[in-house]
Amino acid sequence: MSHSDHQTYPGINLGDIDPRHQQRVETAQFGFWVFIMSDLVYFGLMFAIYITMIDAQAGGPGPHELFDLRSLFAQTVLLLTSSMTVGLASLALKYHLGLGRVYLWLVATLLLGLGFLTLEIMDFMNMAAKGGVPQRSGFLSAFYGLVPLHGLHVATGCLWLVILMIQMRVIGVTDQIKSRLMRFGLFWHFLDLIWIGIFTIVYFGGLAYG
Amino acid sequence: MSAFETTLFGRLSWDALPLAALLKNPGTNEIVANAAGAILVLGAAVVLFVLSYFRLWGVLWRDWLTSTDHKKLGIMYIVFALVMLARGVLEGVVMRAQQAAGPGDGFLEAGHFAQLFSTHGTIMIFFVAVPFVVGFINFIMPLQIGARDVAFPVMNQISLGLTVSGGMMLMVSLVVGEFSTGGWTAYPPYTGAAFNPGVGPDYWIWAIVVSGIGTTLSGINFAVTIYKMRAPGMGFMRLPMFCWTVICSSILIIFAMPPLGVAALLLAADRYLDFHFFTNDLGGNMMNYANLFWLFGHPEVYLLVLPAYGIYSEVFATFSAKKLYGYVSLVIATMSIAVLSFTVWLHHFFTMGQSALINAVFGVATMLIAIPTGVKVYDWMATMYRGRIRLSVPMLYGIGFLILFVIGGLSGVILANPTIDFQVHNTLFLVAHFHNVLLPGVLFAMLAGVNYWFPKAFGFRLNERWGRISVALWVVGFLFTFMPLYFVGLMGMPRRSFNWEDPSFQPYMIAAVIGALIILCGLLSVLVQLYVSIRDRAQNRVPVGDPWDGRTLEWSIPAPPPAYNFAVLPQVRDRDAFAEAKESGTAYLKPTGYDDIELPKNTSIGFLLCVLSGVWMFALVWWIWWLALGVTVAMLLIVIVWTFATETEVVIPAAQVKAEHEAWLALVARTPAVDRDDEAAPANLGYARPDMEGAT
Repeated sequence: MSHSDHQTYPGINLGDIDPRHQQRVETAQFGFWVFIMSDLVYFGLMFAIYITMIDAQAGGPGPHELFDLRSLFAQTVLLLTSSMTVGLASLALKYHLGLGRVYLWLVATLLLGLGFLTLEIMDFMNMAAKGGVPQRSGFLSAFYGLVPLHGLHVATGCLWLVILMIQMRVIGVTDQIKSRLMRFGLFWHFLDLIWIGIFTIVYFGGLAYG
Repeated sequence: MSAFETTLFGRLSWDALPLAALLKNPGTNEIVANAAGAILVLGAAVVLFVLSYFRLWGVLWRDWLTSTDHKKLGIMYIVFALVMLARGVLEGVVMRAQQAAGPGDGFLEAGHFAQLFSTHGTIMIFFVAVPFVVGFINFIMPLQIGARDVAFPVMNQISLGLTVSGGMMLMVSLVVGEFSTGGWTAYPPYTGAAFNPGVGPDYWIWAIVVSGIGTTLSGINFAVTIYKMRAPGMGFMRLPMFCWTVICSSILIIFAMPPLGVAALLLAADRYLDFHFFTNDLGGNMMNYANLFWLFGHPEVYLLVLPAYGIYSEVFATFSAKKLYGYVSLVIATMSIAVLSFTVWLHHFFTMGQSALINAVFGVATMLIAIPTGVKVYDWMATMYRGRIRLSVPMLYGIGFLILFVIGGLSGVILANPTIDFQVHNTLFLVAHFHNVLLPGVLFAMLAGVNYWFPKAFGFRLNERWGRISVALWVVGFLFTFMPLYFVGLMGMPRRSFNWEDPSFQPYMIAAVIGALIILCGLLSVLVQLYVSIRDRAQNRVPVGDPWDGRTLEWSIPAPPPAYNFAVLPQVRDRDAFAEAKESGTAYLKPTGYDDIELPKNTSIGFLLCVLSGVWMFALVWWIWWLALGVTVAMLLIVIVWTFATETEVVIPAAQVKAEHEAWLALVARTPAVDRDDEAAPANLGYARPDMEGAT
């Protein structure tokens, strides 16, 4: 085992750095985990609100009239694939497979994320055309409070990714940028996890109980 | 208004100024409202004048507003809390005066009175208690764990900025428009657009959301700091008690602030976008709001009071010259309270229609909290037992706390019984209860902390005599104000009533207003104490830094501490690391070598975000959409540009650290040690002669 292996933060190879620097990267990483925990509470509460409001349709359109499972399937495929591509990007970085590959996988992630957002917005527009707007009922308010919140997170992630790629060009692939890339990966996987909750609880749960 | 004006100014017009109401309809109510606005504007003008007259703008900007030093941020938090405290206390006095002016309608209108209790509650919880606690944590915790700063210094600055801008919204609402009349809890549907279309609830919402983000970031920062940045050798079971309470409090912040954010943002969605989360019609459900709010609200109480317990733990141990009794049991009790605090939120609405079984479960859970709290009270008493107690100011606050807080806690156990709660809920009994825990529990702790740590922060002690006077005023004022409220509460007087008719309430109301005036004197005495202490600072200097024979690491460095805190990071071998060092003769030793120290550079991002988020909130409250959008983009850009900065640190060369540290060590060597009997005398230069029975 070489010296640099000892100081490898799981996921991204930071190379030979002093322990103090290592500790700083770990601190930032841990802080981001804690932030995600806090963010998770937001989502958890929105899920709870949705569950309590499934029946609050007030005579308006419900899940059966509004949900389009084909679009949902396509969105799910895009988002889950993007999680794989971001994983491939960090592997390419860790095993020095060349910056070209890193960029390739990051751009793929960005495109998949944008594709997901496009489909999601089209979905919302279709729902609105059928009278499924948040102003119609408590159920729809809860739906639009939760699903677009996830979408907003994905959009923020896309913006972050663009900035990160610019920083890789401008600042260079420094340890700082590598650790940011690692945090971006965490964030992106976290959004995947939330999406799994959304399609099972919001869509399937809505269809089963709504 | 023309369409152009509406686009430009939203719903803002000259009628929003309280002066307009005074001109239209002169009366006591409008005079009080205008006086409040005038005090605010005058106060701001005086501050601006003083800053300009003494040419302090440069100092303010370079040394404070752009600083990322946790100690300075902590001090700014506490100054902000004191300013807001002044407003909160004044509002309390006006409310007590209104109720003492009865029977009958008093001198204020119902709506004005409702604004008073809404701002009083919002200010005291979010903009006095929270910044006070966060300020102390900022200043003390990194020093106690032997760190040079918190984990994320710039984020720390941003937290302060967001908290202050939230508080400023309450100040702005005094002069432009009005604040919410919905109480500090802002229950819909009353605060929804259907019943309350004005700007009041919007001021509440955005002040809470923005300052809440600031507090959440602080919580993350503190938790990560303690987990990752302790000095070598400082295991978790060697942490000072205050730091243990900070961990628990941070965990509470991380998990309990999101429900508040969700509640406020969903209310905003209802008000701005016509959603139906909490409305009466189309499937809205206000019980979701009650649950969300108190999922936050109850842990909030403990995230405030746990660090206060931490401060008392430090004070009792130091001024009894003993180690803290039952450290392990205190740690377990603190953690138990933190966990239990998430299981009791429903006791805030026993009467809102759940089944008897659910009420019983939450009632029992609530009573359970009395057990770890009782453990703590006994531990503190046992710490004092056979100690060499010095009745200095922080200790007097501590003793006042022990007696009064137990009464408040017991009334809480009474309220935890749902059958009793059905009788007294929404009466002044409840108001008496929570003031009885929050004043002795949190506020006295903060004042004790100010007296205890002030010499560490500024290098001189506070005036002892005025400190004692203010303890007396606060304790007596508290008793006169809130004990009568227990009785009128039991007699059935509802809380938040601007008028009343039953003549038997009158003596109690008069006693309470006298108490409120005594509390006001207590607040003034704190200011006098500050003034006198600053005037006489030459006789009270403690440059060595250990005026009270302290036990934890913050006392092992100069007062005021250098920017880098520790010239050499301490090696911790025991609990109460500094007490152990003094005992074993390893305190004040010359280190073997010095290293360069990296510190974060000054930055203006926190200040910019403070101002911009203030403008952002104002634009949203008044529906000035173009401005809100523009400021959103500006804030995003500022954060993005900041992430491109790579040179964010300055290096303090080892030679400079060495020179400063050795000058201080030389000072220590020539300073005479003082006994504890002389600790309030000018002879106390901060070099305490250790006097600790079984110190380690």
